[in-house]
Amino acid sequence: MSAANPTAPPQTIQTQRPGVPFGRLVAVELRKMFDTRSGFWLVASSLIISVIAAVIVILVVPDESLSYEIFGAAFGTPLALLLPIIAALAVTSEWSQRSGLVTFSLAPNRAAVIGAKAAASIIVAVVAIVFALVIGALGNVVGAAINGIDPVWDLDATQLVYLLIGNILGLLIGFMLGVLLRNSAAAVVGYLVYSFVLPGVLAILAGLQEWFRDLQPWIDFGYAQQPLFDGSDLGGEQLAQLGTSGLIWFVIPMALGLWAVLRAEVK
Amino acid sequence: MITVEHLSKTYGAFRAVDDVSFTCKPGTVTGFLGPNGAGKSTSMRIMAGLTIPDSGTATIGGVRYRDIPNPGTQVGVLLDASAQHAGRTGREILTLSALTMGLPKSRVDEMLNLVSLSDSEAKRRVKNYSLGMRQRLGIANALMGDPKILILDEPANGLDPAGIHWMRSLLRAYANQGGTVLLSSHLLHEIEIIADEIIVIGNGKIVAQGTKAELLQGAGAFVKAADNAALAGALAQAGLTASPSDGGLSVDAEPAQIGQVAAAAGLALVELRGADSAGLEEMFLQLTATTQREGVVTTGGVA
Repeated sequence: MSAANPTAPPQTIQTQRPGVPFGRLVAVELRKMFDTRSGFWLVASSLIISVIAAVIVILVVPDESLSYEIFGAAFGTPLALLLPIIAALAVTSEWSQRSGLVTFSLAPNRAAVIGAKAAASIIVAVVAIVFALVIGALGNVVGAAINGIDPVWDLDATQLVYLLIGNILGLLIGFMLGVLLRNSAAAVVGYLVYSFVLPGVLAILAGLQEWFRDLQPWIDFGYAQQPLFDGSDLGGEQLAQLGTSGLIWFVIPMALGLWAVLRAEVK
Repeated sequence: MITVEHLSKTYGAFRAVDDVSFTCKPGTVTGFLGPNGAGKSTSMRIMAGLTIPDSGTATIGGVRYRDIPNPGTQVGVLLDASAQHAGRTGREILTLSALTMGLPKSRVDEMLNLVSLSDSEAKRRVKNYSLGMRQRLGIANALMGDPKILILDEPANGLDPAGIHWMRSLLRAYANQGGTVLLSSHLLHEIEIIADEIIVIGNGKIVAQGTKAELLQGAGAFVKAADNAALAGALAQAGLTASPSDGGLSVDAEPAQIGQVAAAAGLALVELRGADSAGLEEMFLQLTATTQREGVVTTGGVA
């Protein structure tokens, strides 16, 4: 082809080779969540926190009110805070740490990579929640034994499922902020505003404005999610409220974020 | 074979890449030369499908990058050696790539060997790496899937002279086996050492392309006489343009012509030669003059 090497065989790109399978991407993304010190401790803390929560419950909660539900409530809050951040960072680090240059060069199908990140985050969440439930159960048994009472199992299967769904929904909110903002600091701050500042503002608005009070359950996503965590009624109306508020605060921004992340320049 | 056709990319009012077309042939090392901000990296990101161009196409072997299955095993890409998660170890970064491509982990050790990163260096986190070590890691990453086509952005940046020599032999061997190599640099010297074909880009536009010899053609000659002023006069009479350069004259003509003029005028010459890389450098500066951040200073005064 050229003066430098006239005998060079023509090099063509083979388009019939197998691509990068989704399972391999999930395995790689899962590994990337653990392989830095910060990532390792973030994921580890989601496990450690359950143990700490169980110990605190045994030490602090009065003997007669010790029950499985108390353990569930104790690790539920820290987990609900940590899991969304784990999911957000899985996306944003590709841009903030610029590792996306290699990631997306090796796997140009960005939808698959982003999907693998979501899958890996959910795997971590499920493991963390199951671990927490096991630790909570152990704590319940140990706590009851220490106090000489029978362990109280007052968390039924429906509540466990709600807990799982609620936490995965929370994780996906973090993921949504990750694809929307594509910046680690912005996503973490955005998540804190989203889950702590926004509900407060909406609650104040509902307190001050009559017309908003009836509207709030339909618009306030945090409010609509409460039944998932506190075990209150989750009927047709509550599900519809989850749907409308979720459309505003979750589905639409997620769609925008995914649209953007598939086109965003990686540099 | 890398084919780029009428590529353009605009950021706001800034035209980063402006109607860029070129091809890189198998068996050659193509150097992509231009000052900082000329559009080299943007063009290369477009080739790897990381930036969407406003118009134009970039294909590799006739296929768009994103349509290449498991592209790491067919095209080796190094876009920015520093673009890595600072908290990962060098070995871990290569392991992630090997896993993504579906290669055995033994390949990681082979690559670490190839780029001379020791075992203890590979265990360090990338934030503690020097730029040269990051470049070696990035090259290991690009070569891991045994690709036949390489796209390397500023790969020699931060390498010591021995490292640049090593890279030159490596890329030369690659091209000799029929591989296609495109590498960029803002330093003429690096490109000159490594590349067969040179593409000069400035202000987003391609300003010159060809082999080194082709680019030097018409670059003129350098001549030094005992009496430069008299020689300049004689050359002007012969219709040749000469400008003072480095204690002599830079003339837009072949050395043989200048020799004849000097002989006819009876002037003694101290030095006469075709423009060498210094001429190429001058050409590079002139070609890219409009994009230079500093005023171009190419000539000294006549002694």
